[in-house]
Amino acid sequence: MNQSDFLKVINPFKDKVFRLAKRLLVSTEEAEDATQELFLKLWRNKEKLSSYRNTEAFAMTMTKNYCYDRLKSKQANNLKLIHSNYREKDTSLDKKLEYKDSVNRVHLLIENLPNQEKLIIQLRDIEQYEFEEICNMLDMKPTAVRVTLSRARKKIREALIKQHNHGVC
Amino acid sequence: MEFANIDELLKKYVNAETTLDEEAYLKGYFSSEDIAPHLAEYQIMFTYFKTSKKDRFTKNINNLTYFKRNQNWFSIAASIIIVISIYVGNHKFNEFQERKKAKKTLAHVAVALKMVSSNLKKGNQSFRNLYIYEDSVNKIFKKKSTLNKTIKK
Repeated sequence: MNQSDFLKVINPFKDKVFRLAKRLLVSTEEAEDATQELFLKLWRNKEKLSSYRNTEAFAMTMTKNYCYDRLKSKQANNLKLIHSNYREKDTSLDKKLEYKDSVNRVHLLIENLPNQEKLIIQLRDIEQYEFEEICNMLDMKPTAVRVTLSRARKKIREALIKQHNHGVC
Repeated sequence: MEFANIDELLKKYVNAETTLDEEAYLKGYFSSEDIAPHLAEYQIMFTYFKTSKKDRFTKNINNLTYFKRNQNWFSIAASIIIVISIYVGNHKFNEFQERKKAKKTLAHVAVALKMVSSNLKKGNQSFRNLYIYEDSVNKIFKKKSTLNKTIKK
């Protein structure tokens, strides 16, 4: 496998890896570093890549594990996460300002979820993976995935309703 | 679709029972402009999900082989540096060891020389005594001879 073959393999999911890393590591720079590091790891093991049934699922699992490791070592080092520099693009013109706040609120809400809920929300609601794929990636039972996802969705929804009723912007 | 249907779907959605197709439908529904006000929170959620999928990885990953080659170079350079430093270090260590040895022998020699000098001093002292002795002998003999002379006279 030469480099262009390799790039062809990873191209379809490189953004997904990046977004997952960013979801877990919060800062864009960290996520970019993690993504590069992960592709480098994949490149080093490129001979083995073809033996994996699903390279994308494998990459996502690797991303999850790598980010968990990073988070663990960061906790050990007592380093503070650099706060999210989430930029919102493309929202319909007139509602842009109004949305900007509320949409960012969802981002913050997800940020405060436990890691597992974050992961599953990311994989299902943003990347739109099938439950079966998610089970594969996270090594979880389907019922556990559904329960976690339902809990996360409820949390986000309830928090949004609460904020809406209290008029918090 | 009617509201009843959407409400039903949302209930399923919150319980994580919707399929991907149904979720895609919901996403489409909430990206339209006229949404019932009691569903505002869902619109916020789905809008967020949609926008955050647009985040792209923009860094270059075309230089993997370059990086790898670079790494090889790094290891070669590192091993060369290690070899050189071991060689230089060994050399320095030997030098240091030699200097230490030299200092030791110097100290030995110094002690020996001191001993020699002190012994020489002793010798000198005895020589001086000898001279004194000779002097006094000479004096006596001189005196004797002069005495003899005066006596002869």
